Amino acid sequence: MGNVIEIQDLTKKYGDITAVNKLNLTITQGEVFGLLGPNGAGKTTTTLMLLGLTEATSGKAFLDGKDCMHNSLEIKRIVGYLPDNVGFYNEMTGFENLCFTGYLNGLNKQTCKERADKYLKRVSMDYARDRNVGEYSRGMRQRLGIADVLMKEPKVIIMDEPTLGIDPEGVRELMDLIQELAVVDGRTILLSSHQLYQVQQICDRVGIFVEGNLVACGEIKELSKQLQNENVYMLDVAIQDMDESIYDKIAAMETVLSVTHKEDNIVRITSSEDIRSALTELVFKNQYKVLYLKQLGGDLEEIYRKYFEQEGHDENKTNSTKINTEKHKIFNKIKKA
Amino acid sequence: MYKKEFTDHLKSKRFWGIFALFLVVTAASLASAVSQLSLGNLTNSEFIFIKLFSTSGNNIYSFATFIAFLGPLIGITLGFDAINNERSQGTLIRLASQPIYRDSIINAKFSAGATAISFIVFSLGAFVSGTGLIMIGIPPSVEEVIRILVFLTISSVYICFWLALSIVFSVVCKHSATAALSSISIWIFLSLFMSLVAGGIASVIFPLDGIQGIINTMPNYELTMALNRVSPYFLFSEASSIILDPNVRSIGVITTAQADGAIAGYLTFAQSMVLILPHLIVMLATTVVGFAVAYVKFLKQEIRA
Repeated sequence: MGNVIEIQDLTKKYGDITAVNKLNLTITQGEVFGLLGPNGAGKTTTTLMLLGLTEATSGKAFLDGKDCMHNSLEIKRIVGYLPDNVGFYNEMTGFENLCFTGYLNGLNKQTCKERADKYLKRVSMDYARDRNVGEYSRGMRQRLGIADVLMKEPKVIIMDEPTLGIDPEGVRELMDLIQELAVVDGRTILLSSHQLYQVQQICDRVGIFVEGNLVACGEIKELSKQLQNENVYMLDVAIQDMDESIYDKIAAMETVLSVTHKEDNIVRITSSEDIRSALTELVFKNQYKVLYLKQLGGDLEEIYRKYFEQEGHDENKTNSTKINTEKHKIFNKIKKA
Repeated sequence: MYKKEFTDHLKSKRFWGIFALFLVVTAASLASAVSQLSLGNLTNSEFIFIKLFSTSGNNIYSFATFIAFLGPLIGITLGFDAINNERSQGTLIRLASQPIYRDSIINAKFSAGATAISFIVFSLGAFVSGTGLIMIGIPPSVEEVIRILVFLTISSVYICFWLALSIVFSVVCKHSATAALSSISIWIFLSLFMSLVAGGIASVIFPLDGIQGIINTMPNYELTMALNRVSPYFLFSEASSIILDPNVRSIGVITTAQADGAIAGYLTFAQSMVLILPHLIVMLATTVVGFAVAYVKFLKQEIRA
């Protein structure tokens, strides 16, 4: 498994603004890599540089051993790019649009038609094959976009916000498809997103971008470990009929560093070790009920927020990327003895 | 790429709309030209057939004037949203990420437009010739046929200049409306106001008042002409009037001394060509320059999703 994508000290400046700052990254074959970061963090610029659509100010990038800056035609032959708002010719049918991409890739008529049919089926769009793209819904366009990328059977697929504007069921299908492309076909996939939950599900590794810098990179587990290495555990707890007495008792626990009110009746407890069991016991003994308990730092949202806070952003911004963390919420109802 | 662009043009309502408009206009000018000819106003000419293109009726312009005046509209219509429409549709980035050279996109746009233009111009020409032939019943001579073909070619080049100009704006402007308006404003300025501006500037530099005015007459006139020739509209009008009328012997002034002793006669085709060659070359050159600007701008532009 060789390195398919190799980026060395890649920098892009727009005037005084540095969009991407000395990026170093290697991605191996068959890997699904997630680029995370707020809007304007340099994700799209990075992908455009990889495609040779934008020239880098300095640094180098190689795709499959080919220089992205000087060999852009070769690069475009092996890379499929799906932009976030993918466009098609509205007055042509989905099938025709795919065939057109095929021609541009130098395929002959027969191959174009075969591939177009094959990939339309794969993204389960064959029912709309002969309808004008103008009539397609947003989700259909996005799926057609994936078929379009597959037309050239690329080694590397770069996707910019692939799940934007697709319904949950569609997203699930899309995620399965992406995973299949990586695992079964062995394609390397680089996807940028701020849908953290989805990224967490399918990405082998993630990289977090803030203001052009790659502040963290690695497997999600690794990243969460990194956070916990700081020896601070954070816990969000909600207790029914919370009052001063239980509040004080928690604060008096040995390893607890601080207790702060967060929102509604949730308190955030920071401690020097894992106090989950001790805490529930304490609450239970005092005849209170724990409604909600969550260890922070375990999932991508927390990792993301953490790195984001370190970079000095206010939390309000990250709130816009709220995700469904239902899975991670633990509702413990303890019956009174 | 080129094939797709061309079929796009042929499929579009816009293309057929403008084609229909020109067909109507042409029919009107043809009808008035035929009625003028049948009145016998121009019987002193040996070249009757070719007059179909350049004769105007009482209130209706001739075919040549219509092309000069409305021709730019064809070019602008076909080109004003060439690039920025792709951009707003989101297809530009998709095209750019395919393994084709970026210039092939803009080349295809221009060459498809140019083909569509020649298609319109030559079919209109064929329409005038065909219908005219039936109506007046005088077949054209070989020279007339050649002159007509040259005229149609010049018309195509002239309209291609406007195509190139509108493509420049479509690369520069984000919205197709801005691009269209910019091209149209230049079109109107060059067609309507350029002669006024040229005359004004010439009169400022070489005033025509008083004694000095008599001396200034020649330089004034020459400067006016030179300024006017900046406008492709003027160039085209001059070129078409010469190629379509063998009676026209010169552009610019002829002094009495020069005209003295001249034998009345027609210019041969070759002589007419000599007269208009500079015009043709300038028009071609401006078209190429226009396209080159669009090309360079487009290649340097950053394509973002």
